[in-house]
Amino acid sequence: MTSPHLLWLLAGVGAILVLASIIGEILRQRRSPTGDNPVIENLNARITSWWVMVIMLGLAFIAGKPGVILLFALCSFAALREFLTLTTHNRADHWSLLACFFLILPLQYYFLLIDWYGLYSIFVPVYAFLLLPVASALRGSTTDFLIRVSETQWALMICVYCASHVPALLYLQIPGFEGRNVILIAYLIFVVQLSDVMQYVWGKLIGRTKVAPNLSPSKTWEGLFGGALTASAVGTALWWMTPFSPLEAAAMCLLITTMGFFGGLVMSAIKRDRGVKDWGHLIVGHGGFIDRLDSVIFAAPIFFHVTRYFWSAT
Amino acid sequence: MTAPRAIWQGIEPVPHQRVYFANHSSNGDFVLLWTVLPAPLRRKTRPVAALDYWLKSPMRAFIGREVFNAVLIDRRPEARAEDPVTQMVTALDQGASLIIFPEGQRNSSDAQLLPFKSGLFHLAKTRPEVDLVPVWIANLNKVMPKGEVIPLPLICTVTFGAPLHLAADEAKDAFLARASQALLALQPHLQGDA
Repeated sequence: MTSPHLLWLLAGVGAILVLASIIGEILRQRRSPTGDNPVIENLNARITSWWVMVIMLGLAFIAGKPGVILLFALCSFAALREFLTLTTHNRADHWSLLACFFLILPLQYYFLLIDWYGLYSIFVPVYAFLLLPVASALRGSTTDFLIRVSETQWALMICVYCASHVPALLYLQIPGFEGRNVILIAYLIFVVQLSDVMQYVWGKLIGRTKVAPNLSPSKTWEGLFGGALTASAVGTALWWMTPFSPLEAAAMCLLITTMGFFGGLVMSAIKRDRGVKDWGHLIVGHGGFIDRLDSVIFAAPIFFHVTRYFWSAT
Repeated sequence: MTAPRAIWQGIEPVPHQRVYFANHSSNGDFVLLWTVLPAPLRRKTRPVAALDYWLKSPMRAFIGREVFNAVLIDRRPEARAEDPVTQMVTALDQGASLIIFPEGQRNSSDAQLLPFKSGLFHLAKTRPEVDLVPVWIANLNKVMPKGEVIPLPLICTVTFGAPLHLAADEAKDAFLARASQALLALQPHLQGDA
């Protein structure tokens, strides 16, 4: 499962984190010696959480396919919990919501584990989509029915279906790239998250023009272009570990960073509508799982299908 | 599994004798409130629960008495041997903090809060020095609606508000209304994006 390229990438991320930790500590000593600057405290909390996330991901890679699938199943579970906490539902939905957590989510990842592409690629959009409202309808409550079933379906699509496309990358059969698929996951997450981080950095440094002031005060055009271009440049420079040529890698990076940005934007709209700042509180400094994963969730299915269409043998 | 989250909004979790009064929407209410209290406080905090429910079976009686160390009160005035307020005051005098649900029953109606029973007022009058802390438990009724067996893993929050005391010449109804308002004011969706 591990390959020299993966080790290089992880070592690179480790080096970035060491650097970030040092910068964070210097900033703390210079600007916030008593711990009263919220931006610097939040920055350091974020860096600490990054360490935890990278180590978890690294351990999952070492554990192989089941490890990666288990990690993303757990992330899906946490994300779904955050999402469904904010959606509309009533007592009549109890069983259909239970089914989301304890039936649909495990089945989706099980189909992935046994590489049943024909089923996991349609399971949530077809079977769950049609059968779940039945469970709610049988309980007889019609109040806000369409809102309830749509929001539940949306939660499943985002948190289970889209998220499961990250580990699905392990099963693509790309000629000449056998045994190295884990690189695709590391590459996708690295480029998209680097774009997120660089959007944050560029936004804090030179951000002026807000993209959607009603949605998110922290998303600026300067941050978006700075972040997406920086991450794409780094991603392109890493083309040699992917199945892509440099030009293809650049196009792919622009595609996934753009999707990542859209993901953050759409999920912010939902948060704003529900009057919350973060989806959860479990990842210190970042908020919830969805806050951290929104961009990857939006980029993963597109990355998966584009790669599958152009590069996969099947 | 529900990742309960405590928000200390009007008060700090310090070992001070308190009566926590909370909204009651599920049987798991006091367990949740209990779990978010820091361990030293938890050991000194006893839930006040209905005797007719908790003595129904030996299993429940064991859990209620031995695990949670509950103060069991009888909700039926005609049948009871001891006055609930006296029981609660005795527990307070022994140094315990209490968790009470002044609505007196689980609220499965559409109303946010049922009218309070008078026990809270009598406690405030008998032991005016004890802090009465409003605690709003959000979402637990969705995690485990009345009558369901399997809990749904949603995120619950437990919000602690500023303590109340009985004012010098405050009447019963006025005090209960004030306590009820203080509790309702803690609902998360009323606080903007806090």
